[in-house]
Amino acid sequence: MSGDHIHPEPTSFLSKYVFSHDHKVIAKQFMWFGLIWLGIGGIMAMMIRWQLANPGMPVPAIGEFLFPRTNGVLDPATYNTLFTMHGTIMIFLGLTPLMIGAFGNWCIPLMIGARDMIFPLLNMLSFWTVFVGGCVGFYSLFVPMGANEAGWTSYATLSTTVGAQGLGETLWAVAVFLIGASSIMGGINYMTTIIRLRAPGMTWGKLPLTVWALFLTSVLNVLFIPVIGSAMILLFLDRAVGTSFFTPASLMQGGGGGDPILYQHLFWIFGHPEVYILILPAWGFVCDLLSFFARKPAFGYRASVGAMTAVTVLSAVVYGHHMFTTGLSPMLGESFMLLTMIISVPAEILFFNWLHTLWKGNLRLEVPMLWAIGVIFVFGLGGLTGIYLATIGTDIFLHDTYFVVGHFHLTMAASALFGTFGALTFWFPKMFGRRMNQTLGKIHFWGTIVPLTFVFCLMFAMGYAGMPRRYFDHTSAEWLADLQHMNKMATHAAFLLGAVQLVFVYNFIKSRFWGPVAEENPWEVGTLDWSMPTPVPYYNFKEIPTVHTGPHEFSHPALGEDRDWIPMTEKLPT
Amino acid sequence: MSTVHAATESHGDHSDLAAEDPHFGKATGGKIAMWMFIAQDGMSFGGLLFAYGILRATAQEWPVPAEVLGINLTAFATFLLICSSLTMVFAVLAAQEKNKASLVKWLGLTILGGIGFLGIQVYEYQHLVHNGVGFVNSSFEGEAINSLFGTTFYAVTGFHGLHVLSGVIYLICIFKGAVQGKYTQGGDSASPVELVGLFWHFVDLVWILVFTFIYLL
Repeated sequence: MSGDHIHPEPTSFLSKYVFSHDHKVIAKQFMWFGLIWLGIGGIMAMMIRWQLANPGMPVPAIGEFLFPRTNGVLDPATYNTLFTMHGTIMIFLGLTPLMIGAFGNWCIPLMIGARDMIFPLLNMLSFWTVFVGGCVGFYSLFVPMGANEAGWTSYATLSTTVGAQGLGETLWAVAVFLIGASSIMGGINYMTTIIRLRAPGMTWGKLPLTVWALFLTSVLNVLFIPVIGSAMILLFLDRAVGTSFFTPASLMQGGGGGDPILYQHLFWIFGHPEVYILILPAWGFVCDLLSFFARKPAFGYRASVGAMTAVTVLSAVVYGHHMFTTGLSPMLGESFMLLTMIISVPAEILFFNWLHTLWKGNLRLEVPMLWAIGVIFVFGLGGLTGIYLATIGTDIFLHDTYFVVGHFHLTMAASALFGTFGALTFWFPKMFGRRMNQTLGKIHFWGTIVPLTFVFCLMFAMGYAGMPRRYFDHTSAEWLADLQHMNKMATHAAFLLGAVQLVFVYNFIKSRFWGPVAEENPWEVGTLDWSMPTPVPYYNFKEIPTVHTGPHEFSHPALGEDRDWIPMTEKLPT
Repeated sequence: MSTVHAATESHGDHSDLAAEDPHFGKATGGKIAMWMFIAQDGMSFGGLLFAYGILRATAQEWPVPAEVLGINLTAFATFLLICSSLTMVFAVLAAQEKNKASLVKWLGLTILGGIGFLGIQVYEYQHLVHNGVGFVNSSFEGEAINSLFGTTFYAVTGFHGLHVLSGVIYLICIFKGAVQGKYTQGGDSASPVELVGLFWHFVDLVWILVFTFIYLL
């Protein structure tokens, strides 16, 4: 157990870069891991879009190589695998490692003034567990009969031996279990670190909002991932041993027979908190970044903390809104609907605070700031459409259509992704000591937000017109044929969106190795992470700093003319 | 660098930081983390027991557990586990009183209690399988019963058994340190014994719930 004293400098290559206990190295490991998976998941999304626009046509460029048996044409099973693994990969292997693994590790010790996580060994194990989980998931793509085809939710009985005979689904359950175990290890470590290792003076009321958000995320991780863990154990037993927890009696030979809806309960008890696991860190980044780049204190700090805490608590009691159409008792359904609606109150408080932070600010529209404002925009769109899905009456019509797909992509996918890009571009100079190209960054931002909004807003229209999700070929249904031109438009926009990501890849890799050397505090912010030399020494702080001011004391009247910010370690002049 | 190292080391486990933070108590990081681990483990047992409850409540037929499983032997195992919790309490007290011989004695008895419980569980499994309660299909006195009866039984008690097994391994590791006198040096040195105690009490407490839901109700 360390983190409060300087541990010896690692010397060998293995202990320095591979099995490192240093939270900064582990953060970078998580970051590269997440970025690679984000790329794989993104390519899968492109293939899905290709199929939707051009059913039956061979996938250009990579199709011949990936699907030689069908000459590059997607068959229905492969299509199912693609959307299933796209969801699984983006959620569990892309965004979670990036936001919570990389930035949880990077931000927490540096922002609270600690020398490392409180349990560095556990931290290392957390990364290598998710790595093994990722390997199992990757391997499952190549087993006979293919990877999981049951959707990222893997509802029984699609996911039991009735619906999927191959090994892919079993490996999926193992992978999700391992990735979940990694998140629990991280969550326990993050919370204990934040509770125990805050520098003197770093009270709960002075924590940067990023750290608050990561703390609340960890609470959800630790409490709700175990539930999907037990669901995965039961699913694994159903598949590997032959039990029937999730297979109804009508589909079983012999006695017994379980309950497929039980799987949905277990899944969504975890699954709903999971969407807040993905969005809370993004909210934290936005809260801080808006203040940093508007050169104003974060409006309503305490209200923001309270709102995020309220969302954390409420997220545990709304999962039933995913199951309105499963024959849930109407009284239960209405309770879940009411609780779901209540979540919009704290969300509104956050929006109000964000807009007030911007109001009359001295805005610096740097790339991280653009991403933060982008989150407000896409989350606003996604959040408003959530009201239709939370209302039972409209959800009965809209469920399982592209309206749902558009909604959750805007809220938890695009918002989380934008938050990640904001964080990546913001902490890049401290992580790698170099600066990213601002022009390319702005091209990437505008090239992402415009087609992305277009794609998912088209999905609202298509879903409202009745286009079901997960169909292999919409053109085969006469009543959907009229929507095909919209599908084609969405695909063109999605390809543009995908192509623009290459700008980011180029900018990121080029700046990482050949970018101009960054100043120590290029954004002129006062939090402890920016008070350090670049590169950050392996022990972080030679002397544990004492904190005197809050994280967002910008443009304070007492500061005088020459600068509008103050390090947290200094006292405000009186 | 070395001065910083010495300064924080001399205060021991983070107490210097705790002293300057009026907002939080003096619990060590290990204890906070153990409580969080217990919370997450409680949730995973919660998931399994929730599944058990739903499956049993919606089943068309469900045998009377006491008839199929038998209560007496398991009641004895439960008693053994509760006793091992009591000896664990004495072990923590002994560590805090820096009494090495007493610590070794009570830890040893706790380990024996755990091993006894596991032994009874293995015997019980063998006995049940022999009587027809298999993992996939179950029968009782020659007649087929709801296979979920057996599968939920083995899944939940097996998951708990794995916890007892890891608890025993954890206790044996602590026992080795106790023989070397690591935990009886006063100050914070007793805290690893306290941590294993927390875990062990949790495993016992969960068993009371499992025993009630699976055997008694």
